[in-house]
Order: sequence, then C-alpha cells, then structure tokens
Amino acid sequence: MSEAIKVPTMAEYMAQGKHPEVLFWVGCAGSFDDRAKKITKALVRILNKANVDFAVLGAEESCTGDPAKRAGNEFLFQMQAVTNIEVLNAYEIKTIVTACPHCFNTLKNEYTSLGGQYEVKHHTQFLKDLLEEGRLTIEGGKFKGKRITFHDPCYLGRANNVYEAPRDLIKKLDAELVEMKNCRKNGLCCGAGGAQMFKEPEKGAKDINVERTEQALDIKPEIIAAGCPFCNTMLTDGVKAKEKESDVQVLDIAELIANAEDL
Amino acid sequence: MNYIPNILFAIALVVGIGYFVKNIRKLVRNIKLGQDVDISDNKGQRWRNMAMIALGQSKMVRRPIAGFLHVIVYLGFIIINIEVLEIIIDGLLGTHRIFSGIGPSYGLLIGAFEILAVLVFIAVILFWTRRNVVRLKRFWNSEMTSWPKNDANYILYFEMVLMSLFLIMNATDLQFQAMDSGNVISQYIAPWFSGFSENTIHLIERTAWWLHILGILVFLNYLYFSKHLHILLAFPNTYYGKLTPNGQFNNLEAVTKEVKLMMDPTADPFAAPADDSEEEPAKFGASDVQDLSWLQLLNAYTCTECGRCTSECPANQTGKKLSPRKIMMDTRDRLEEVGKNLDKNNGELQDDGKQLLGDYISHEELWACTSCNACVEACPVSIDPLSIIMDMRRYLVMEQSAAPTELNNMMTNIENNGAPWPYNQMDRNNWASE
Repeated sequence: MSEAIKVPTMAEYMAQGKHPEVLFWVGCAGSFDDRAKKITKALVRILNKANVDFAVLGAEESCTGDPAKRAGNEFLFQMQAVTNIEVLNAYEIKTIVTACPHCFNTLKNEYTSLGGQYEVKHHTQFLKDLLEEGRLTIEGGKFKGKRITFHDPCYLGRANNVYEAPRDLIKKLDAELVEMKNCRKNGLCCGAGGAQMFKEPEKGAKDINVERTEQALDIKPEIIAAGCPFCNTMLTDGVKAKEKESDVQVLDIAELIANAEDL
Repeated sequence: MNYIPNILFAIALVVGIGYFVKNIRKLVRNIKLGQDVDISDNKGQRWRNMAMIALGQSKMVRRPIAGFLHVIVYLGFIIINIEVLEIIIDGLLGTHRIFSGIGPSYGLLIGAFEILAVLVFIAVILFWTRRNVVRLKRFWNSEMTSWPKNDANYILYFEMVLMSLFLIMNATDLQFQAMDSGNVISQYIAPWFSGFSENTIHLIERTAWWLHILGILVFLNYLYFSKHLHILLAFPNTYYGKLTPNGQFNNLEAVTKEVKLMMDPTADPFAAPADDSEEEPAKFGASDVQDLSWLQLLNAYTCTECGRCTSECPANQTGKKLSPRKIMMDTRDRLEEVGKNLDKNNGELQDDGKQLLGDYISHEELWACTSCNACVEACPVSIDPLSIIMDMRRYLVMEQSAAPTELNNMMTNIENNGAPWPYNQMDRNNWASE
C-alpha cells in the first residue's frame, strides 16, 4: 500500500508550536508487525476521516515495558517506563489512544505511580466516543448481517473491565454479534499474554490459541473480531491450524470500521 | 444438685476454644512472616466488598448449582449457630432450652433451624455426590492427592453427622416434642424412638446433645488443619482483596529506587553505601514464603481448594502443568512447614534447605502462565494466585537470570532497540510511508 496517509509526529507538532487533541500510541506490534501495521493504518484512516487532531511519537516511542514486566523483569520495565514518561511529560501529553490492550493497560495503570498520569483509551473506546459525539458515522456496508464474534482481549476485558465498547461498535455495523461459550469476564485467553507471545508454550496437550479458535469456530462466525494485535496473530494462526482461513477472517475492530466505510 | 455435667461441659468448652485460639495465634504469626504491605486505603469500598463477596456470596452464585447449594450450607451454618449459643448456656447453667422462655417465637426459631438442617443435609449429600460419584474434573486434578480429597470428604461427613445429631436431639426431647411447636421435622423422626422407654429416649437425647456440641468443638479445631478455614478467613480476605484494576501489577519500590538513581545525573555512580548501613540489599521477587506479602499468605490460608481458578486457567485447560489452586496449596504447605520449623526451634528458623520455588513450585508451572487473570476473576473469595506467580517470575529473572532463552532475547531487544523484536527504533514510523 502506498496511499498517502497523514501521520504527523509530536516533534513536528512541537516545531509548529501546536498541541494535538490526542496522542496515538502505536506500540511495537503496530509499528513493526506486518499484520498489525494494517490495523494501525486502518485506525489512522478512521482518525483522519473523523478529523481527529492526533500525532504519534514515531522514533521517540519505545516499548512500554509490558512484556518485560510480565516476564518478571521489573527492572527493565521501570527503565522503559521512566524513559517513556519523560518523553510523554515533555510533550505535555494528556490523552492517549492505543490499539494495543497491553500498552493500554500499562500506560493507564502502571505508569501512574512512576509519574505518568494520562487519560488512556483503547481505540474501541475512543471510536465509540467519536461516534457518540457525532464526529464519526458508521454504516453497515459490507458487514451487514454477517456473523461476527468478538474475542475479549484479557488486558482489555478482565484486566480493565472494558467489554461493551467493542461490542457496541460491531452492532453499529448492522452485523449479527454472536458470543462464544467463554466471553466477557469468562473470556478465554488467546495464549499470548504474560510474555507467552515471545516464547514457545510449555509442554501440554494443546495450544491455547487452538483451543480458543475452536470455541470461536463452534459458533460458526464469518469473522472473528479482535481488539489486540497479539490476539489477532494467535487467532489467525489458530484459524490456519484448523484450515478454515478461506471461511473465517480474523479482523480488528478498526479494520471492520475502516472497511465498512471503504476507507 | 449434681454439678458434674456443668463442670465437664465447662472443661470441654475451655479446652475446645483454648486449643482453637492457640492455633489461630499460630496462624496469625505465620501470616505475619510475610512482607509488610500497607492496605489501609478505601475502607468504605473494602467493607462493601466484604459485604457483597463474603457475606453476600456474590461470586459463589456465578456457578448456579454449586452456588445455590453453598448458600444453603452457609445460611445453615450461620443460623443454626444461634442454637449453639443456647446449648452453651444450657450446658454451663444446667438449664434446658433456656431460650424457650421467649414464647411462641422459640418454636418459629427452632422450626427454621430444623428445616435448614434438612436442607443442609441434602446439600451436603449433593456436594459429596459431585465430588465422589459425578467426579467433577476440578475435584480430581493432579494436585488433589489423597489428603485434599479426604479432607474435603471428612468435612462433608462432619456436617452430615452434626445435622443428624441436631435433629435426633430434638426428636428425642420429649418435653420439646410435647410443646409441639417448632418440631416441624423432628416430629417425623420422633416415632422411630417410640418403642424405647422414657429413660432410654432421655439417654439418647443427652447423648445426641453432648455429641452435637462436642462435634462442633472438634470441627472448630479441625478447621486449622483442613482447607476449611475459608469460613472465617473469607471475611478478612475479601476485605483486603485487590481494588485496583486486575491488570495493574504492583511496581516494585526497591526497583524504583535503583532506577531513579540510575536516571539521576547528579548521583555518584561510585558511591559506596554508608558504612553504618545495616540494611540488607532488597531481594527482588519471591523464592520462599517470607518473600511474599502477608496478604498473599492470608490468601493461601483462605483457599478452600474449590478449583474454580484451575478450571478457568487456559494453561491448565490445555494440559500444561500450571494450576493456580496448586500455587495456593503449595504456598500454604510451605508456610506450615516453616511454621513447624519455628515451633520446633523456639522461634528461630533453622535452614531446612528447602524453599517454595523449586521444592514446591516448578519453573515450568510459572512459565506456563499467560497472566490472563482468569484465576483471579474465578475466585469466589478474592484470592490472587497471579500475584504469587509474578513475584516468583521476578525472582527467577532478576535474582537468577533464569528466564527461558526466548524471553531473554525478547528482553535484550527491548533494552537495545525499544521493541521486543530486533527492529531499529529509528524505523518505528516506517509503517506510515510504506
């Protein structure tokens, strides 16, 4: 894709003496993972369409430290946190939106006591706000009547009690929202959390992402909606393992909305 | 007048309660072996949580069958204990059913107890059936070795016997039956004894009465040795339970100090610690029970091994070794071992060459966790097994550098280039122009 999308950085804003309405925290997956980059771009297209005045940190962004902390390396986590907080505070950031529930959780909850206090929103919450403020409209479009199930990311759902924002957005697409056996508070992990994304699973009978994908396939969805780049990878792999990739798509909520609008 | 029964009763009561108190003091001492954490905030919210979760059983009923049966046993336990008060007064004063003086409401009260006793009896039989006949998977996981299984069954037998004794005691109380008020259930049991002489029936009544109260005292003392402490500890445990979002893990203060020092340009990197500082360098994470907080140790004593956490754990569901329930059981077992060590050595801990990490909980279990919080969400009494797993990972990584190789690679990447993968930080915005 080589379409021109407008992505200003904080440094550029600063040079112009401007302050954006919100900082878009892209995250490592959103910056580097080929699949997740598509989610990042989808979100940017929506933000542009809704005329949201946003900026990114670009090369000044660094890992929040979430995987280090969950792996037990509190030292590395706090080093990352303190460095990021210095950058964020220097730019006087007040509001952050991110498409990664891990970044969301860490920025929102774990930076506070280290001197970083921000209003942090997951992109599904932010998009829902835009919708309610009338800055964004969503029409069913190509997803009208499609069977869509939502996989609750642990760090959005159980970790932070956000269950409805992503579901409200799916409903706006006039899609048929179907729930898996384990959903909301009882949602089953995709298997990537706690730094598992970066290691082989321990010995067991089955991979967690396959177990979760089976739960999803049981209710015969056309689309499995995700709200986390890591869940997205795990479920995409799960769908491939079950050889269902021609029938079932795994898409982020941002992609659903951007595609519905043909952005 | 013959005072022997009164004296015997008083002795039984003093011994029964005395031994219980002795063990509770031991329990408090063991919990205090944990690290100090300050949990004095948000008192209002904490009382509300205790009222909702412990008193109100709000999380128990998420599983409707077990929840419903549990509410019956719980109500039975609390309400029938009013009867125990009467028994104690009768026993000490040599009176008989001293509360019957309150008039017709006494019949109402005992009637309610009798109905509850039957309901509890039925609920307990169903619990036993779920464990032993239906064999629900969570009662047969690998950590459910012979003692945990027997322990659970003993408790159920205890309750069956206590409820039976209560009903028999009422059924053979000729005076009470003659009142014909409140004997809603026992009137149907009374005819079983009609063939006996009045003396024999009285003897049965006294025996049931004594066994009932002695049984309660024995049960009270069994608590400390069983998994059943939750009937007491669920209250403090839900009071002190986590109020911050589940996803928020604590930031280690000892690390913050070090990091602040590293980031401080005015700090002298070669400064030696002051000579008179007797402070031991802080240990990062936990390898044994004393490294955990007192709240985590209270969690361990509170666990009643219901296994809801393990049945919701994605790692356990897919055949990994991790079981959050086992983490709690191991923590308690090790804490008890440390406690016994202290008892044996006049309060001085003798090195027994063992610790929680390795001797009880394996690395493999710890590395199987996805930190998804399913166990925390599932626990009906606000236990947080995840925090223990994380503290032990911290020890493995920060004290022993014993992370799996792939994780070490991931962490090296974060250190070098600010991402878990080996991409250059300067390329972070490339996606925008691709």
